[in-house]
Amino acid sequence: MSFSRSPMPSSPRFFVMSRFSRRFSSRRLGAFLSPSRPRFRSCPRFRSCLRPCPRHRGVAVLVASALVSAPALTACGDTSAGASGTSAGSGAHLNLVGFAVIKSAYDDLGKAFARTAPGKGVTFKGSFGASGAQSRAVVAGQKADVVALSMTPDVDTIVKAGLIDPAWNAGPSQGIVSRSVVVIAVRKGNPKGITGWPDLVEPGVGIVTADPGTSGAAKWNLLAAYSQALGPAKDKAAATAYLSRFVKNVVSWNDSGRTATDAFVKGTGDALISYENEAIAARAAGVEIDYVVPDATFLIENPAAVTRTAPPAAREFLAFVAGPDGQRLLGARGFRSIDNALTVTGVRGANDPAAPFPAVRSLTTVADLGGWATVNAALFDKDTGLVTRLRR
Amino acid sequence: MRHPAQGRLTPTAGLGLGVSLLWLSLAVGLPVAAVVVTSFGNGPASFVAEVTSPEALATIRLTVGAAVLTTAVNAVAGTLIAWVLVRDEFRGKRLVEVIIDIPFALPTIVAGLVLISLYGPASPFGIDLVGTRRGVFLALLFVTLPFVVRSVQPVLMDLDRDVEEAAASLGAEGPAIFRRIILPTIAPAVLAGSALAFARALGEYGSVILISANLVGRTEVSSSYILKRIEEGEAAAAASVATLLLAVAVGVLLVLDLLQRRAARHG
Repeated sequence: MSFSRSPMPSSPRFFVMSRFSRRFSSRRLGAFLSPSRPRFRSCPRFRSCLRPCPRHRGVAVLVASALVSAPALTACGDTSAGASGTSAGSGAHLNLVGFAVIKSAYDDLGKAFARTAPGKGVTFKGSFGASGAQSRAVVAGQKADVVALSMTPDVDTIVKAGLIDPAWNAGPSQGIVSRSVVVIAVRKGNPKGITGWPDLVEPGVGIVTADPGTSGAAKWNLLAAYSQALGPAKDKAAATAYLSRFVKNVVSWNDSGRTATDAFVKGTGDALISYENEAIAARAAGVEIDYVVPDATFLIENPAAVTRTAPPAAREFLAFVAGPDGQRLLGARGFRSIDNALTVTGVRGANDPAAPFPAVRSLTTVADLGGWATVNAALFDKDTGLVTRLRR
Repeated sequence: MRHPAQGRLTPTAGLGLGVSLLWLSLAVGLPVAAVVVTSFGNGPASFVAEVTSPEALATIRLTVGAAVLTTAVNAVAGTLIAWVLVRDEFRGKRLVEVIIDIPFALPTIVAGLVLISLYGPASPFGIDLVGTRRGVFLALLFVTLPFVVRSVQPVLMDLDRDVEEAAASLGAEGPAIFRRIILPTIAPAVLAGSALAFARALGEYGSVILISANLVGRTEVSSSYILKRIEEGEAAAAASVATLLLAVAVGVLLVLDLLQRRAARHG
């Protein structure tokens, strides 16, 4: 007999779950809960010696049911707080709550602001994550002095909760601090020869996008596909027909822009609907993709606002971000400026770093389509929205 | 050892029970209660409407179906692996012991990335499961593998081989020994492991989300649907689906628990 009764398998036991499952079966937890119960009953037949104590199984049920519900409901509240430390001093401390993609740009902006006269000694603590989740976190009580989100409705959520002045977007730029455009990312060398929107709805072309359901910012992608088909004639039937073929060609809907890029890079689909700044950032980080700026596309507008309780330095910071120096820093990270006169060059990752932001022949904005309320009802309503219906 | 009267606890046992219950209430009871309460926030009619909407129903069907299949496969495969690990000696056994736990150790989104690399369009084996239900199934199989193995293993190790030898010496054949001696002993552990695997499969998100491609009505799982509803600010809708899954989980766990007791009693 080669069998030896070694006391335990030699596996490492540093994983919590494996300990859990061991306990459930090895009756130790049961013994702990009812210490008066002998571990092994005296019994006529050997196998009832191995009968597990029934007392602990209620615990198993509770723990296991927690596994079902807890991750799903907590996952979206996750915000990683990365401090972007600047010069130490007696200045204000600003809590910055932003959407994930803007982190590197705001790290730059914070550092540069601290070098200006109004920003002397101001320090930052940044929290970055999915825009919708960030917006809800602020409503739920996360400390925020400056919020920088991917779309205006996410700021409006905070306004409705009374934490931001309703006049936040009264200025000339309507609260917008950075812009981008929807682009089509393709595989290196563009093997399918995709040059614009019509190519995407050809048979055999697989589209990868973020899901407008789980990622509010993905609404930009669908808006771009829809609006370019509307054309100058505002032909709704043509736009609906195009969007229908577009949705049929989507092979992967992802919970965020980040996972959409991951799925695409791992080989899913032929075209990734993305934003110019993301495509530039991905290429700057060494991701092997090309991107096409279609001659008709959609203008992405990212808002920022200060909360009612923010110190004065928050307003100064926002003014800096919207000013020429701030806009140049955002430009270097791939964002288009809110000031059309400002030229930015030397953008790493852009198709042409010297002229990184080619003019777009026909650029549609949310305002052109009647504003967010109209667009959300027409396209994204969870029962009657066009995109919702086309996906069924 | 002093045996107190039935239903009474020694002071130390009472303290242990108290601490356990307090901990469970804070860590598990409260969050679960919050989910259930939220789900009925707009009244029972809205709860029913939410969980019976076509998209929600499709995700629940897929999720529960895939979890049941996964659990069944794992109950068999997990027991087999545990058997091999306990009874057989082979080169690399210790390595296999470590590998078994990897699905627990990997962050689930990393597991998702690994799966899409191996079983996606760029698969080195030419197997593309992206956007298919088989892909969802595969991801769930991967993350739930260790539960049954780790439950059954210690029980198999405790199993006394003398009894098997006695049965053999009395003329019992291999299958009879397995059915009458081994199976009754390990059945409770198999069921306990299966229950955990099932619960985990119901709530799995990270590893599934990339390979499923989240196609509405086809490969969208409930956890993703729940996140979508939360993103839309519909917390009650999200909680409704979560509560239904919770009920399914508790139901299945209770059934497995009953089976476990029967297995322990009758063999």
